[in-house]
Amino acid sequence: MSDTTGRIELRSTDDPTARLIRIEGDVTSASEPALSDAYTQADASGARTIILDFGGLEYMNSGGIGLLVTLLVRAQRNGQRLLAVGLNEHYRQILALTRIDEAIGIHETTDAALAAVR
Amino acid sequence: MTAIEPIPTETPPADADRRSDANSWASPVDRLSTTATGASVDTVTGRRVVGPIQGFGQMWQKTFTVRLEGIALTPQALIARWKDEFPTFWPKGSSFYKPLAGIAPGEVALFAVHVPGAPVRMSSGVMVIYADDESFTFMTPEGNALSAWITFSASRDGDVTVAQVQALERTADPFVELSYMLGANRYNDRFWEGTMANLARAMGVAEPNIETVRICVDHRRQWRHIGNIRHSTFISTTIAAMTAPVRWLRRRSAGKG
Repeated sequence: MSDTTGRIELRSTDDPTARLIRIEGDVTSASEPALSDAYTQADASGARTIILDFGGLEYMNSGGIGLLVTLLVRAQRNGQRLLAVGLNEHYRQILALTRIDEAIGIHETTDAALAAVR
Repeated sequence: MTAIEPIPTETPPADADRRSDANSWASPVDRLSTTATGASVDTVTGRRVVGPIQGFGQMWQKTFTVRLEGIALTPQALIARWKDEFPTFWPKGSSFYKPLAGIAPGEVALFAVHVPGAPVRMSSGVMVIYADDESFTFMTPEGNALSAWITFSASRDGDVTVAQVQALERTADPFVELSYMLGANRYNDRFWEGTMANLARAMGVAEPNIETVRICVDHRRQWRHIGNIRHSTFISTTIAAMTAPVRWLRRRSAGKG
C-alpha cells in the first residue's frame, strides 16, 4: 500500500483554460505528493478545467481512489471542473462502483472532454 | 499538446514485475444484498452504496495508526488476521456480522453499534469494495450515519509493522451532522482508537499508543444531498423503538379479539 511506481505529468491543451494531468503506472496513496503538485501547478496557471488522463494507468488501489476524491474537493473549492479521459473498462467500473463518476465527467478523449466544456 | 513540467517519479518496473488490481476490486452493484448471519436487523439489503461524494456534512479524513513495536508480524500476516478476526477487535457493545465468504471484494457485512443518545443500537452494514493482502476498504450503504470509505491497511516502517485505519467520511444528513457537532465526531474517533488498541493488544502489544490525525478536507456542507435524510436508519430505528410499545399493545389486542 505504501510503495508506488508511476509517472504524473502536467500538460497544456488546445484550450488555454484547461490543463491535463497525465497519469501512468500506479496510483496509490503514495502518489499524493506528485498528484498534488501537478494540481497545484495547474491551479496556479489559472486553469478552469482539469483533465485527468488515465490512458497509462496500470494499477490503482483504494488509496488511489481516495486521492481522486480529495482532488475533486480541491477543484470544486476553486470553482474548477474535473474531467477524466482514457479510462479502460476496468477503471470505468471502479469509478462507477465508488460513484465517483457522478462527480467527475468521463470522456473518451481529451478532445471530447474539451468539447464538453466549451 | 505540450509538456509543461514533468513531476518526477520512479521508473515503472518491467512488465513481468507488474502487480494487478484486477481481483482486488468489487464489481459495481445496483443494490446491496448480504450473506451475513446473526444480525437481528438487516437495514442494508436493497440499498445503494454511498461514499463521501454522496454525503451531506463536512468531509473528514481521519487516520488512526498504531505501531506494533517488537511484534514479529508481516503486514500481510497482520491483514490476514485482521480480516479473519475483524469482529473481535471492535469495542465492547458493538457487533460486526461477517458475510459467509469473509472480508472479500463484493461481500456485504452487517453491524450494530451503540450511538450516544439513541434508544437502541444502530444497525447498518458495509460493502467490501477493495481487498488485497495489505489492505481492505469498506463503503457504506444509504441510511448509514456516515457516507464513507474506510481503509484498513498495514505497512512496514523499518523493522516495525504499522497498522492503520483511514476514513474519508461525511455525515449522511443534517441530523447526524448536528450530532457530530455536539460530540459524536469525537465519539467516532474513540471507536476507532478503541478498535486499534484492541487490535494491537491481540497482536501482543502490551501498551499500544494510538496516533490520531483528523483533517477537515472540506468545510462545506452539501445541501443538495439533504434528501439523504429519507434513508436514515438512525431515524427509522429510533421511531421503531419509540413506537414498539404501541405495536405490542395492538398485537396483544388483536390476539385477544
